[in-house]
Amino acid sequence: MDALIEKLKTQIIEQLNLAEVKPEDIQPDAPLFGEGLGLDSIDALELIVLLEKHYGIKIEDPKDGKTIFQSIRTMAEYIKAQGKA
Amino acid sequence: MSYITSYAHIKNNQVSVNGTIVFASDKTASLSEFLSAAYKFLGISYPKFHKMDAQCKLGFLCTEFALKDSDFLISNDLSKIGIILSNSASSLETDRQHQLSISDKSNYFPSPAVFVYTLPNIVIGEIAIRHKITGENAFFVSEKLDAELLDNYTRILMNAATEAVIEGWTEVDRSHYEAFIFLVETQENRNKSSIFKPLKQSNILELYNQTTWTH
Repeated sequence: MDALIEKLKTQIIEQLNLAEVKPEDIQPDAPLFGEGLGLDSIDALELIVLLEKHYGIKIEDPKDGKTIFQSIRTMAEYIKAQGKA
Repeated sequence: MSYITSYAHIKNNQVSVNGTIVFASDKTASLSEFLSAAYKFLGISYPKFHKMDAQCKLGFLCTEFALKDSDFLISNDLSKIGIILSNSASSLETDRQHQLSISDKSNYFPSPAVFVYTLPNIVIGEIAIRHKITGENAFFVSEKLDAELLDNYTRILMNAATEAVIEGWTEVDRSHYEAFIFLVETQENRNKSSIFKPLKQSNILELYNQTTWTH
């Protein structure tokens, strides 16, 4: 799980162009939206693309994103639960 | 009467403010490298900058340089500042990027973050958001910097509720890029300005051609 979390941090920084953020700045349980990384609605769409592009996971119902994208850890848990880690 | 009170010009990997080159990077640097270096030179922290496309970065930076040593944002009501920008390539550079991401059906991953920049006027929004400017705005596509159009449209806006305008040219098309942004205000700000040129076509063109580029 830890390796997947670290991999996700790097992928998110690259995919979302978070040039001023380093992997160690991202806490696995910190919220991705609002406080924490302060991502916006376009970033949410990019995260959906990231899951599909890198892990072959297609989120059919956008409402699921609210749970999946709570934090890096919830993303990692979701990927693992889908058997894609 | 309206006056041009500050301007910035970016091209050839150099930044000029009021006719003086204030920043230059290696002439072999790519546009992306140059824009990042110019952003660092400005010393601001605005993480959203890194998410912008090249045209928005260019227009954003040129505006920041034009505003840097100016009282423009303090002296004018943000709800009465207009933004008028123009170029010839519209958002073609980002349009190409988006087209590339949807051209291969077996590798079809269009990026929402790229798609949102497939309109030329997004750069106006980025500048407005950065400074909380809520006045009138317009983006024109013309073959080259059209001083007559900018002059006329500025007068139209300033005859109504607009008191000041950020305006000019911001263009990215493959390896070619250039931005020229100038600030227009009314007479009240005269003593705070480092330049003070009456707004007219000949003065816009004079300032556009004023910088002596070193490379």
